[in-house]
Amino acid sequence: MSPRPESAAAAADRPRVPRFTRAEHRVHRATGALMAVCVATAACLYLPFLAELVGRRALMVTLHEWSGILLPVPLLFGLASRALRADLTRLNRFGPHDRTWLRAVLRRRGARPAGKFNAGQKLYAAWLAGAVLVMTGTGLLMWFTHLASLVWRTGATFVHDWLALSLLIVIGGHVWMAYRDPESRVGLRTGSVEAAWARREHPLWRPGEGADGKRGPDGADGKPGNP
Amino acid sequence: MGCSNRGVTKDANPARPADHDGDRRGTPVGRRVVLGMLAAGAAGVAAAPYLQRAYDETLGAAAQNDPTGLSGLLPAGGGFRYYSVTGSVPDKDEHSYRLTVDGLVRHRASYRLADLRALPQTRLVRDVQCVTGWRVPRTPFEGVRLATLLDAAGVRPEAKAVRFTCFDGAYSESLTLEQARRHDVLIALRMQDRPLGHDHGGPVRLYVAPMYFYKSAKWLSGITVTDHVQPGYWEQLGYDVDAWVGRSNGRDDVPTT
Repeated sequence: MSPRPESAAAAADRPRVPRFTRAEHRVHRATGALMAVCVATAACLYLPFLAELVGRRALMVTLHEWSGILLPVPLLFGLASRALRADLTRLNRFGPHDRTWLRAVLRRRGARPAGKFNAGQKLYAAWLAGAVLVMTGTGLLMWFTHLASLVWRTGATFVHDWLALSLLIVIGGHVWMAYRDPESRVGLRTGSVEAAWARREHPLWRPGEGADGKRGPDGADGKPGNP
Repeated sequence: MGCSNRGVTKDANPARPADHDGDRRGTPVGRRVVLGMLAAGAAGVAAAPYLQRAYDETLGAAAQNDPTGLSGLLPAGGGFRYYSVTGSVPDKDEHSYRLTVDGLVRHRASYRLADLRALPQTRLVRDVQCVTGWRVPRTPFEGVRLATLLDAAGVRPEAKAVRFTCFDGAYSESLTLEQARRHDVLIALRMQDRPLGHDHGGPVRLYVAPMYFYKSAKWLSGITVTDHVQPGYWEQLGYDVDAWVGRSNGRDDVPTT
């Protein structure tokens, strides 16, 4: 499972550039696994035909509660990684080119300039972070029923149900995008991408200052980009 | 919000070209989206009663007559939801089904479906209220009063409670003897004026009209008269034993009887 020799070999014919570190790879894997358990158990609790097929309601509830509450944990551990913090800053900050990117997507024409992450990826990351926090909050109200009165719990259930539906659609889109772009998956799996892919998809990204956040020229201005 | 001010000062030079990792400068839109989601979530919780009512009166009402069943996948799509605590539940029919009555009784008994159908039937039409929130209005249940079976068995004087077991192999329920003798507690054979289907706990389920629906054990196979209340499946996991609708489990739903 060592990605480095692999990318070195590939670099012989096609140059590759570093995109993600091992820490980022692991955070993404762990978050993805927890999310998969959370969504699958939610479906078994919620969809009648799956509920009839699977049953085991107490087990499904326990798995759902714990996978849900643990969802933010990999990212919190990941904050120890300088590279991950730098990428969080990139996801947070929107420049003029992001407006251009969004406009080009909405009008379905024109160039789509993007840094290390395009505006769609940035919006996805932020929306998902917010949605997970809302799901955690409303989920806790439903889990520990003595925390709040019935009115609040009914409200929490309402938000939890509808946001779950939105999450399913949005995460489905995320998986679909990744499915359509194998090189982006290679990037997360091995840590590096083809330089040509990087120039095409992320023309404003300067990979040299990228993956580990140490080589960036803006290391000079002394802000590692704490989110 | 203070944080956006900070963002503005930091981005005093937003027109700066994207080289030198301009990627890490710019407006903190990401943070605003996260905070916006939190605000929207809180607003959604607060506004939920109004939104839910509006939904029930429009789409929810339409979903009741949806032939495709797709609207059942939407949140609060109306109707019953299937809950089972085990992996699979065997099918029982005319021949294989038995309901036993034992414990602190003078005459133990074993009823076939035909035996139960031959007894006097009672039809009740009440709302069904689940402890997880969903409610199905005016649902007819029909069957034999539990009191009829208890009287036939001859309950011994030291008896205090009744325990119910199910042929799914895991579920159980309990009532005090006083609760079990109520006229709105049935051994139900029919629901919504049809024979009780497997998914709804057929061929025979318990129906405790005044209590949350987890008391109405599905796939009923055993009635045991005991000298004390033994908490059932969900009750061992924290649910109330005396599960009166609107007066237990920290809920204040409108009573169903």
